[in-house]
Amino acid sequence: MADIEIRGITKTYGPTRVLHGVDLSIANGEFLVILGPSGCGKSTLLRMIAGLETIDGGEIAIGGTIVNRLEPRERGCAMVFQNYALYPHMTVAENIGYALKVAGRPKAERLARIGEIAKIVGLEDYLDRKPSQLSGGQRQRVAMGRAMIREPKVFLFDEPLSNLDAKLRVQMRLEIRRLHQRLGATSIFVTHDQIEAMTLADRIVVMHGGRVEQVGAPRTLYATPATRFVASFLGSPAMNLMPAEILRPGLARIAGGVDIAFDPALFAAVPGQQVELGIRPEDVELVRPGTEGAHALAVQFVEEMGASRLVHGRLGEAEFAVVQPNGRGTEGGETLAIALPPSAIHLFDIGNGRRLGLEPQRLDAVRAA
Amino acid sequence: MQRRAAFDNLWLAGALIAPQLLLVLVFFYWPTVQALYWAFSTQPPFGGANQWVGWQNFEQIFSDSVYWNSVRVSIIFAILSTSLSIATALLMALMVDRQLAGHRVYRFIYFWPYAIAAPAVGLAFRFIFAPDAGFVSAVNQFAPNLWNPALKGWDAMILIVIANSWKMAAYNFIFFLAALQAIPRTLIEAAAMDGSGVLRRARDVQIPLLQPTLFFLLVINITESFVDSFGIVDITTGGGPARATDLMVFKIYSDGFKGLDYSMAAAQSIVLMLLVVALTFIQFRYVERRVHYA
Amino acid sequence: MIERSPLLDALTHALMIVGLIVTAFPIYVVFIASTHDLPSVNQVPMSLIPGNHLVENYAKVWSKSDFGAKMLNSLIVAVGVTVGKVILAAISAFSIVFFRYRLRMVFFWMIFITLMLPLEVRIVPTYAVAADVAEPLRWLVWLFGIELALPPVNLLNSYTGLILPLIATATGTFLYRQFFLTIPDSLVEAAKMDGAGPVRFFIEHLLPLSRNNMAALATIMFVYAWNQYLWPLLITTEQSMATATMQLQKIVPGPLFGQPPIWNEAMAATLMVMVPPLLVVIFMQHYFVRGLIASDK
Repeated sequence: MADIEIRGITKTYGPTRVLHGVDLSIANGEFLVILGPSGCGKSTLLRMIAGLETIDGGEIAIGGTIVNRLEPRERGCAMVFQNYALYPHMTVAENIGYALKVAGRPKAERLARIGEIAKIVGLEDYLDRKPSQLSGGQRQRVAMGRAMIREPKVFLFDEPLSNLDAKLRVQMRLEIRRLHQRLGATSIFVTHDQIEAMTLADRIVVMHGGRVEQVGAPRTLYATPATRFVASFLGSPAMNLMPAEILRPGLARIAGGVDIAFDPALFAAVPGQQVELGIRPEDVELVRPGTEGAHALAVQFVEEMGASRLVHGRLGEAEFAVVQPNGRGTEGGETLAIALPPSAIHLFDIGNGRRLGLEPQRLDAVRAA
Repeated sequence: MQRRAAFDNLWLAGALIAPQLLLVLVFFYWPTVQALYWAFSTQPPFGGANQWVGWQNFEQIFSDSVYWNSVRVSIIFAILSTSLSIATALLMALMVDRQLAGHRVYRFIYFWPYAIAAPAVGLAFRFIFAPDAGFVSAVNQFAPNLWNPALKGWDAMILIVIANSWKMAAYNFIFFLAALQAIPRTLIEAAAMDGSGVLRRARDVQIPLLQPTLFFLLVINITESFVDSFGIVDITTGGGPARATDLMVFKIYSDGFKGLDYSMAAAQSIVLMLLVVALTFIQFRYVERRVHYA
Repeated sequence: MIERSPLLDALTHALMIVGLIVTAFPIYVVFIASTHDLPSVNQVPMSLIPGNHLVENYAKVWSKSDFGAKMLNSLIVAVGVTVGKVILAAISAFSIVFFRYRLRMVFFWMIFITLMLPLEVRIVPTYAVAADVAEPLRWLVWLFGIELALPPVNLLNSYTGLILPLIATATGTFLYRQFFLTIPDSLVEAAKMDGAGPVRFFIEHLLPLSRNNMAALATIMFVYAWNQYLWPLLITTEQSMATATMQLQKIVPGPLFGQPPIWNEAMAATLMVMVPPLLVVIFMQHYFVRGLIASDK
C-alpha cells in the first residue's frame, strides 16, 4: 500500500503533446477515478504510472520512491486491462498464478495462494478452464484475480468494465468496490463512463485535452463543476448550457430576452459580462402557469425514461431540457411553466470556460455554512 | 459457407467454373490417374500397350538400395533445412518484433530471398561454396581439400541445405513476424506487469502463442523440401557426388526423363504423392484444432 | 514499454545485423562477381569490391545466349500465368460462393485438393499430357460412346504449353472464396433490389471491392510464375522458347563436376533472373506479404 505523487507529468507523441503537465496526489488506500472522453490522456497517464509508457517530463513517486526509471515489475503495481489480456494458452489457475511463477515462488505456496484468490473472486470451479471457455464476467474476474495475487501496493484499472454488457457492468462495479473495501489498496481506475466514476470513486479526476480540469469528491464535482467542460461531462441528462449576458448582480439574460435570476453571493459577475449559464435538467422546477417568476418552455418532444421523462423544448431561443417526474404527460406543441431556482444556476466564463467567482473549495464552505 | 442470398442462373455458374475445372481435370487429375496406371504396369520392350503388373514396380523400387538412399537423403535434407530455416526465422522475427530503432529496415530486407528463384539461389550458393572459387574454399588454403562439395557428399548436402534454408527462412520470417504482431500488445504488457522480462515473455507468452504458426511452417517446410528443392539440387549438385544429394524428387526426374523408365518414375511419384497428401492431411487436422484456440 | 536492458538491446542489434549480412551477402556476391573478369572472379576468396567489367559481362551474356529473348519469354509467361490465375480464381470463386447448386462444394474440393498434387510429383504424366492435350478428351469422348477422332494437340514449345498448366489455382480460388464469404448478404440483396444480375454484380460490386485481393494475388503469382523452373525445362526443347530462369541451367556446365562455370557470366545471368521478382516484391511489399499470409491454407 502506498501513496502516489504525480508532478508535472508531460507526454509527447511525435508532434502532438498528449499530457500538459499533470499534478496529482493520491492518498494511501484511496480509490481514485480518472474520468474523461477518449483521447484526453487518461489511459496514457495510467500507463505511465504502470511503467508501460516512458515519462517525457515530470516525475511519479509511489510510496515515496521515484519510479520514473523503474521497470513495470519493480513498481509494485498490478493492472486490469480493458480487454482483460488473459494468456489464452494458460488455464485460469496458471493465469492467476503466473506472477508468482515468474517470481520463483515454490509450487505449494503458489497453489495455496491461487486457491485463496479464486475463492475471493468466485472462480474455484473454473481453475482448469482456458480463458476461451469463460464468459465475459468470468474473464473479468480472472483478470482481477491475477492482479490481486501479488498483493500489489497499487491497483490500476484501465476501463475494465467497458467490454461487459450493461447488467454485468453494474454487478462488477459493486464487486470492485467491495474488493477495495476489503483490500484497502490504493486504486486508480480509468473510465469514460461518468456513472462508473460517480459510483466508484472516493475522488474523481476529470481530464480533458491532456489537462486536469477538476479533482474532487463525486458530489463536489456534480454540485460545483469548476469548468464548463466538467459541467457538461458529468451528469445525465447533460446540463443545459447557454450563452448569457449579466444585466446586474443576480440577473442574467439569455438569447430570446429571457431573464434568469442567480445567487449573487455565489458568483462575482460584472454587468455587461458575457457568460455561459447552466442549470441541470433535474434542478428545474415545474410550476403552475402564472406563478411569479415562471418561464415558459415551448415543448418540442418528450423522451420517455420510465421513472421520469425528459422534456425537450426551447427557453427563449435556447435548447432546453427538463426532467419531469411521473404524473401528467406532456406533448410536443404544449407550453410548460418552469422555475429556475437561483441557487441551482451555474455561471462560467465564456472565454476560458472557468466557473465564475469563488473557488469550489470556498464554495463548499459557503454551502456548509 | 451457405449464403442466404445467391443467384440461380445455373448455366452461368457452370460457365464460370468450367475453365478451371477443365484445367484441373486435364493437368492434375488425368496425369495423376495416369501415374497410377503406369505405376502398376510396364511398357513391353517392343512397344504396344502397357501390361498390368500389380505391385511389381513398387516391389522393385522398395528393394532397390539406390531408392532407399534417396529416401534417406531426402529425410536428412528435410530435417536439416527445416530446422535451420525455422530456427533462424523465429530468432529474427523475435528480434525484429522488439521494434528497436531500425527494425523496419531489417523487416524489409529479411524476406527478399523468398522472391528469388530456386535455381538462382542455387547458383549463387554454388559459387559461394565452390571448391575452386568463391569464398568457402578459402579454408582449403590452410587445410587442403577440407572443403569440396564436388567430391564430398556431406559438403554437397551442407551446400543445398544452406541454400534452401536461406530461401525458406525468408518465408518463415514473414509468417512468424505476422503471428507475433497478431499477439495483442496488452498481453505482453500484462506479462510485464506480472514481472517477466523480455526473454521470459518470449518463452512463456510469445512462443507458446506461435505454436499454430510453428506447426503450419513445419509442415510447409517439409513439403517444400520434398518438392520445391528440385531447382536447387538440379543446378548445384545434380544429385551427386555419388548420389549424396539424390533427393526423391530429383530421382523421379532423372529416372523419368534421363532414364526414360516411366513406370519406375511413376511408382516413385505415387510414393512421394502419398507423402505430400499425408502431410497436408496432418495440416488440415491441425487447422481444425487451432480454431478452438483463437 | 520502459524496457531498460542495454545488454539485450545490443545483442538484438548484433543479431539483426548478422541476419542482414546473411540475407544480403549472397545477393551482393552475385552482383560483385558479375562485375569482374574471369581471373579475378576465380580468386579465392573473391574480392568484395566491384570490378570494372560490368557492362562487358552483361553484354556478353545478353548476346551469347540470346538472354534478351529469354527474359521476354519469362515476362510473357509470368504475366500470362498471373493474369490467367487472377481471372480464373475470381470467376471460379464467384461461381462457388454466389450461386446455388449442389455440385459447388464438389467443385470446390476438386480444385482445392490439387494443392496436394504439386507439379513435381506428377511431372512425367503431365509432360505426356502436354505432348498431346487431346488425349484426356479422347477418353472422355470414348467414355460417352461417341465416334469422334480428335487430332493430337501438342503444347510442347509453345506459350500455351508454358502457361496453361500453371494457371489452375487452388490457392487463388481459396483466397477469393475467403474474401467473397466476407461480403455481406445484404450487399447481394441490395444489388438484386436494384435490378442487377450476376454479371453486373460481379463487375460493378465484387471486382472493385476485391482490388486489394487481386493485387495481393497478382504479386505472389507473378513471383511464382517467373521462378518456374522444372516445367519450362521439360516442355521446351527449342531454345527460342526457353525462359530466363531455366536458361540458368544452360549457362553453367554440368553440376559441380568437370570444368568450372564461367562464373562472372553465370552470376550476371543469375542477377538478371533475380531482379524482376525482387523488384515486384520490393515495390509491392505490402501486397506480397498480405497475399502470402492470406493464402496460408
